[in-house]
Amino acid sequence: MAEIVVQNLRKEFGDFTAVQSSSFKIGDGEFFMLLGPSGCGKTTTLRMIAGLELPTSGEIYIDGEEVGQKPASQRDIAFVFQMFALYPHMNVRRNISYPLVSQGMARAQVAEKVAEVARILGIEDILDRPVSGLSGGDRQRVALGRAIVRNPKCFLMDEPLGALDAEFREHMAEELRALHDRMGATTVYVTHDQLEAMQMGDKIVVMNHGVIEQFGEPQDIYDKPATMFVADFIGSPSMNFLKFHGKLERGATTVELNQQTVGIPALREPFDGDVVYGVRPEHIRLSDSAGYRAEVLATEYLGTTQIVTLRTRNGEVKARIASDQPANPGETVGLEFDGATVTLFDNQTGRAIRSDLNEGVLSHG
Amino acid sequence: MAEVTLAGVSKRFGATVAVEDVSMTVEDGAFVVLLGPTGAGKTTTLRLISGLEAPDAGDIRIAGRSVLGETPAQRNIAMVFQQYSLYPHMTVRDNLAFPLRSPILKTPEDEVARKVGEIAEILRIGHKLDNKATALSGGEMQRVSIGRALVRKPEIFLMDEPLSSLDAKLRAELRVELKRIQSDLGATLLYVTHDQVEAMTMATRIGVLDHGRLVQFGSPREIYENPVSLYVAGRLGLPRINALPAGLFGGAPDGAKTIGLRPEHIRHGEGKPSTVVRIEHLGDQTRLHLTLEGHDIVTLTDVHSPLAPGDTVAIQPQNPLYFDAAGARIA
Repeated sequence: MAEIVVQNLRKEFGDFTAVQSSSFKIGDGEFFMLLGPSGCGKTTTLRMIAGLELPTSGEIYIDGEEVGQKPASQRDIAFVFQMFALYPHMNVRRNISYPLVSQGMARAQVAEKVAEVARILGIEDILDRPVSGLSGGDRQRVALGRAIVRNPKCFLMDEPLGALDAEFREHMAEELRALHDRMGATTVYVTHDQLEAMQMGDKIVVMNHGVIEQFGEPQDIYDKPATMFVADFIGSPSMNFLKFHGKLERGATTVELNQQTVGIPALREPFDGDVVYGVRPEHIRLSDSAGYRAEVLATEYLGTTQIVTLRTRNGEVKARIASDQPANPGETVGLEFDGATVTLFDNQTGRAIRSDLNEGVLSHG
Repeated sequence: MAEVTLAGVSKRFGATVAVEDVSMTVEDGAFVVLLGPTGAGKTTTLRLISGLEAPDAGDIRIAGRSVLGETPAQRNIAMVFQQYSLYPHMTVRDNLAFPLRSPILKTPEDEVARKVGEIAEILRIGHKLDNKATALSGGEMQRVSIGRALVRKPEIFLMDEPLSSLDAKLRAELRVELKRIQSDLGATLLYVTHDQVEAMTMATRIGVLDHGRLVQFGSPREIYENPVSLYVAGRLGLPRINALPAGLFGGAPDGAKTIGLRPEHIRHGEGKPSTVVRIEHLGDQTRLHLTLEGHDIVTLTDVHSPLAPGDTVAIQPQNPLYFDAAGARIA
């Protein structure tokens, strides 16, 4: 289908810069996520790829052809919005047929295409129903059908599941991903939901204030965050930040945290100043013998695991441990950190300090 | 605070049964969460207790007295809704003081100031007391509306999805905070939600509703580990419990129609061969979507699992649950 390359893309609205200077490549057939909080520039980026906004500067290539200044109609893409825009007076079949009929396709061929799409989406039984009576999920399926039927080079989706409730969103996310696996079409998907991005994406771009913070595969971004913003935004509960002051040598494999020695992946660069010890909740163990002490503030039962909130000398910390391990509010316990998984950050700039763990990943960001 | 008891309470709206023969006790100081999908009768139950609806049958007692003949105001209940309804032209202080200054309570002003200060402290909004309500963030506004309920010392707090309009991060923060406030105050709290994480993390007891019926009532751990039916088993747990034909792995007890396997209750490396369809790396966990004899199964695997679509994995149940044809638990 299509490979999309974005180079030094920039968009200003008057004095406001929505997108600074984005560069990334979307491989043919990839499910690609643009992730970030509201106002980070992800939707503006998507709209520029679609041709709904023109870039201030920079280039967009679809299959090698520079389309940055071309109108949307010449780009052969399909857009799916958060609010399913269907024609309320038409039935499902006519809604899906509409893009083909308006292109002047022969009726027999239209019927064949619509039948095929209906089968892919599992909506054959509702083709003759009016769209007004449909459930939210079916309406979104019809909207998808209308996008798929044209066989575009790529799909652009702006929070297509945002309007659905949590349980149903989970279900539609799976369905959408399965659909993508069957069709193999390049898909660019905007979301502010980190779990949705992790669950569905082959690649993720994390944006903040118009700047790309990190670009890579979901697990890499989770394990090796390039900045404190990424570490905080991805994961629930998010990464713990324990702040301390230190002078670190290249090659160091431990740091002193509140007079206790804790592990880190070997450093690839020296650092002197305010440091943040970044550790994920599942990489903290409660252990009576550990020297690093903390007070249990609260526990949250989650079935097989529980989240324990603890007070330490370096701030509040959350640990994810097995739910059958006792932890009672008010108790003092010891904490062990899985040093090999830790990321250290420069507290001033928020960027990750290079180590054996993240070497190689940071250069992508 | 008080104990609240429902005995055989039913409510219909025309032909629709909203609540059917519900009996339960919300103990003094308990945090009870009613869990169920849309239309299960959660909100109607709250409205019956608050007096916004009258039951067709049954009795509702607060602190031992039947309240069926009392108006909502006489029942001395505080409600918090999904949409924070603050007075936009008032400061946070005046919003919090409003219930105390009502014609019924007519609290003296020095008492009002003391109580508002106390609640602001608990909710950590002391520094925002003189802000206009509209100058607050969504999370702060919801904290103020919870505060307005807390300031009154009612018999019971009723909360109807108070966190659902907030974003994920804030919701997680307020979950912990609400639980802390409830236990600090020793408050009796009945809370309605369709969010299983809220139910599991905050409740001392969960009541699971299905089409107006209370189908199980117990601690989060009891409900998760020992569900009475397939319906209840499906309400807690993410990814959801796998429901498969009972005979798929052999060894099913008599009368079993369905075997329920939580994703963590599937052992890998022995048993029946299944095929990997998709692998999802969620960061702290990795989900494996498998297919076995035409059935979809979701399980968990090592975070950095090298498995790829098309690979074969042998799987075997571990601590399975069995259900009969009606969905009732039999083993």
